[in-house]
Amino acid sequence: MPKSLSDELMTAHEKDRAQLSRRKFLGYAGAATGLMAALAACSKEQIQSTSQAGSVTADGVDLGSGDVGILNYAYALEQLEAAFYTMVVMNPYTGITPFELSALTDIRDHEIAHREYFKNALTSLNAAIGTLEFDFSKITFSSRESVLATSEAFEDLGVSAYNGAGRLITGAAYLLQAGKIVSVEARHAAFIRDLRGKNRFADDTIINADGLDLTRKPSEVLPIAATYIKTKIDASHLPTY
Amino acid sequence: MNLDNIFNEIEKVDPEVYGRLDSRRAAMKSFARTSGKMALAAVPLAFGSMLQKAYAGTRSVSDSVVEILNYALTLEFLEAEFYNTGLMTTGLLAPGDVRSGIEIIAKHENAHVKYLQTTIMKLGGTPTPKPTFDFSGGSGSGNGPFKGLFNSLDLFLSVAQTFEDTGVRAYKGRAMEIVGGGDVLTAALQIHSVEARHAAYLREIRKTLGSGIGNVKPWITGNISGINSQAVQPNYNGEDVTTQSGINIVGINGFPISFNAATEAFDEPLSKADVLAIVTLFIKP
Repeated sequence: MPKSLSDELMTAHEKDRAQLSRRKFLGYAGAATGLMAALAACSKEQIQSTSQAGSVTADGVDLGSGDVGILNYAYALEQLEAAFYTMVVMNPYTGITPFELSALTDIRDHEIAHREYFKNALTSLNAAIGTLEFDFSKITFSSRESVLATSEAFEDLGVSAYNGAGRLITGAAYLLQAGKIVSVEARHAAFIRDLRGKNRFADDTIINADGLDLTRKPSEVLPIAATYIKTKIDASHLPTY
Repeated sequence: MNLDNIFNEIEKVDPEVYGRLDSRRAAMKSFARTSGKMALAAVPLAFGSMLQKAYAGTRSVSDSVVEILNYALTLEFLEAEFYNTGLMTTGLLAPGDVRSGIEIIAKHENAHVKYLQTTIMKLGGTPTPKPTFDFSGGSGSGNGPFKGLFNSLDLFLSVAQTFEDTGVRAYKGRAMEIVGGGDVLTAALQIHSVEARHAAYLREIRKTLGSGIGNVKPWITGNISGINSQAVQPNYNGEDVTTQSGINIVGINGFPISFNAATEAFDEPLSKADVLAIVTLFIKP
């Protein structure tokens, strides 16, 4: 049965109302309260928005919309990083030093922690995308330069992705969580950059004349990441600016 | 149900919605979605009504943004003058890789000062003036715990690391307040990650020079400063969190994530009060 206009308006209204109450709650809940408390106060329907986050269609796996979409976007990138470093640690490059292996193992663990954090947070919202498939055929894991160049690219990409996505987040608690992660990605990026050459940690190729780091929109990040992601991703419902 | 009722209902749910920058932006977006479902003729009326309410209270919104940017500006003044002084001090930073690294950082901190001043003025605010600093951490006495830091590379780099790690925490702590803040939020995040890059570099340099106590890494392990002074401990307290929004990170989903890795993987914020308590030590009243 086709919906009447008043039904449509009602639905739209309820969505707005849900979004507003959710944001209001998250906005004032603050850092200490956090995501789980927010979940307790908001029904899944309220957090979930229009598109079916995690569903798979001909367009690919749907990241979803609103804050959930951004969380899934971050989850996808963390899956990529974690899978990469898992490979790196399992197949150490020729001539790797104990110090380098130890640092790369640390980074692997951080990325797994990020990935699993998003997985659990999104699963509790019933909105998690599944496990993505990756294609690392362009990387020579036995080569220090190939591995570290890829690592640098991933970390800089991650920093720019979080920097660019921050403004799309409407819940303050989500923004804080993204902030807690992005600075660790920046630490990784700086470290890996300096492993490849002295004083590259924040050079002029990434930091502009105002002293600002890279920022990229999801629409700029995903095509770059797609080189390494086999699974088709549908980001069409993500918020934009 | 008419349009006025819809907006009245929204206001009932969140009376402050129009008084906050982020909410105004989000309300616009929300409106854009909703308007697609309305009869076309009704849209201009609803839009006008929404705009009127959205822009009421703009003054207080930009006031609070300016306050946050001035808070950031004070921290950037501190960092910029600290590095500028270090670079000008004879015998502290001999030509070489470390000096070059510090020059890069100094360039950024000076750029941040200018950028924040410009942004504050663009928003119609008044940039806070540069305080007089006491880098010994003695609140103007010159006799604080870091006395002599410009004569000791070890001490200088220790304070540098502390400033950068604290800067990361400070930006993080207040970014939430400008959620949905568009360009201003993005810029704050762009500064935030640059500070994190600086911090990682300084930590690594300290390790290379053998000036750390223990095994300082580019990332923060537990609440360990890696600096041989209790004076910096408040800057690191609270970094040892292992639970993120109710999710325990240690051993999460069966992965062997240790306590150390769990704390390193997430940088924690510092409140305005905590940061001011720290920064006050470096400001001459």
